[in-house]
Amino acid sequence: MRYLLLLSAVFGLALPAQGDALDVSGFVEAEGRAFPSESRSIEALDRAASGSFALQPEVRWQLDAQSTITVVPFVRFDADDSERTHWDLREANILLNAGNWDLRLGLDKVFWGVAESRHLADIINQTDQVEGLDEEDKLGQPMVNLNVLTGVGTLSGFLLPYFRERTFVGLEGRPALPLPVAEDLAVFEAPDEERHIDYAIRWQGRFGEFDIGLSHFHGTSREPSLVPTFSPGGLIFVPFYQLIDQTSLDAQATFDAWLLKLEAIIRSGQGDTFFAAVGGFEYTVYGVFSSNADLGVIAEYHRDERGISAPFTIFNNDLMVGARLALNDEDDTSLIAGGVVDIDTRTTFLTFEFATRLAEGWKLEAEARLLPYVANGSVETSFEREQVVIIRLQRFF
Amino acid sequence: MEQLRIILSAVSFFLLVAVGRAETPEEKGLAIAREVDIRNRGWVDSSVDLQMVLENQQGEKSERRLWLRALEIISSTDGDKSLTYFVAPADIQGTSLLSFAKLVGPDDQWLYLPALKRVKRIASSNKSGTFVGSEFSYEDFLAQEVERFRYRFLREEPCPVAEARQLSCFVSERIPTYENSGYSKQIGWVDTKDYRPWRLDFFDTKGDQFKRLEFGDYRIYGGKFWRSHDLRMVNLANGKRTSLRFGAYKLNNGLDKTVFDPDALPRLR
Repeated sequence: MRYLLLLSAVFGLALPAQGDALDVSGFVEAEGRAFPSESRSIEALDRAASGSFALQPEVRWQLDAQSTITVVPFVRFDADDSERTHWDLREANILLNAGNWDLRLGLDKVFWGVAESRHLADIINQTDQVEGLDEEDKLGQPMVNLNVLTGVGTLSGFLLPYFRERTFVGLEGRPALPLPVAEDLAVFEAPDEERHIDYAIRWQGRFGEFDIGLSHFHGTSREPSLVPTFSPGGLIFVPFYQLIDQTSLDAQATFDAWLLKLEAIIRSGQGDTFFAAVGGFEYTVYGVFSSNADLGVIAEYHRDERGISAPFTIFNNDLMVGARLALNDEDDTSLIAGGVVDIDTRTTFLTFEFATRLAEGWKLEAEARLLPYVANGSVETSFEREQVVIIRLQRFF
Repeated sequence: MEQLRIILSAVSFFLLVAVGRAETPEEKGLAIAREVDIRNRGWVDSSVDLQMVLENQQGEKSERRLWLRALEIISSTDGDKSLTYFVAPADIQGTSLLSFAKLVGPDDQWLYLPALKRVKRIASSNKSGTFVGSEFSYEDFLAQEVERFRYRFLREEPCPVAEARQLSCFVSERIPTYENSGYSKQIGWVDTKDYRPWRLDFFDTKGDQFKRLEFGDYRIYGGKFWRSHDLRMVNLANGKRTSLRFGAYKLNNGLDKTVFDPDALPRLR
């Protein structure tokens, strides 16, 4: 009897391997970046242009109707920056899908929020900042995640047993921060450092036109404070990861072509408890200029009341205005233009993004991050020389 | 007993009156649309793979592969729920669109963007927009509930498609009553035997015909449900074409209803 059980256990595990579906996809990418201004740092003086390659395969293995294993490694080789040459496991998890609930074990990525220009509520994953400054590239986060579809919204619990440090460019890397970041010297408030167990809970639900999410996170802040410190080589930034509690609300109301959005957080643990919010709208005109194209107009107001002991942000009192043009052609061509203006100092950041499909499996992306106006004496002057124009060619397989 | 007989004969008298009374073209058009709808009730849920081929004036082709799942909703306020999942082209693999149709008023729609793992509720007023660069509009997929049109029967004639040449077709026009439609009217051909649509002509807001859709390769499921496996849309204004080729349908297959929950979009594989 015991052998029978053992046999069935072995075959139970082995059987799905025959009828399963193993699916491999992904992309390779060549990227070129140009920096119109000369760097302030000696090491990066001659870095007016820089090239890199990236590879991101995705392997999915459907074990049975309920369970899937997903592995998504990522690697980038940067010609100039040893810190930007890096690899990561974006995902390496098993998903058990039981219909009314699901469980994820392993490294995964989770997104919370509704706003376009800043992701305040989104806190589970660490930002892979060497990839880009828009906080949309994320490192895989180890987690045990249970989601229960209750019928009155979805309840989610996250146990996050290991902390991932933010990535920063190296001495030769760009766009650079005002000082080099000494990642090896990172300081943690939690005595068990990266091994501190963080947790988060979330409820999200819908009432007619309203989609609402309420979350709470306790653990090590994904955003470090960068503490200027004297070192034998000069002034450097030392990342300081504090323990925080963050409660957030994200809500969207959808009325025909109007999307009204709000994300708000209250965070404690980085000096005084502070409040931050982003709210605004997105309005879409379909078939604009009597073509097939859709034009979306986006405006978002940013408020962030954090003190000087909290990590630096540009979004203390800012207005973002942007437009998104989707041509709806066979190549899915799209163009996004946006600007963030500091209401107090008028310092302005501009972003342009363009994407189109060149042929089956080939995608072209272009991106520019510019600072047309920086107020004298503002912190942002250090970013003035780090404007960047990026072109990316991706081959999907 | 006698009372019952009187009631029955009274009922049959009223029925005779109702049937015998001359139908207006509007009533007949609506009756045909209802019959198409009623004959297609009871499929419960549906899963199918689909290949979409776009062809431009120069004959250059590009292909999309997707799968569709739908849940039949019979209610006085809500229409069916549907989930569209893109398999190819590879750069949009995993992108999904979830729609809850409403009989009146705007639908609810969510878009899932797999690169960001983001579920985004999107504006539902997008009816006339082209669906992923094809000659189909969102409304061709999502706004097919009977209540969303006004009807008028025009005539009966041999069906205009080679595959159904031996059949007779009802020809009716229907006018969208929902907002933001890109059409002033549509004229449809439905066969008188099985009430299957064979052709649909689309008229733009200026009243000119600019698209024609033909249905073919009908197969029957469960002895009752006819499904076209070959839809060909031609844009007469610009010469572009889009064809849809469906795989075998799975109907009433006990589909897990939770796949139609927006919160479940990130677990689609």
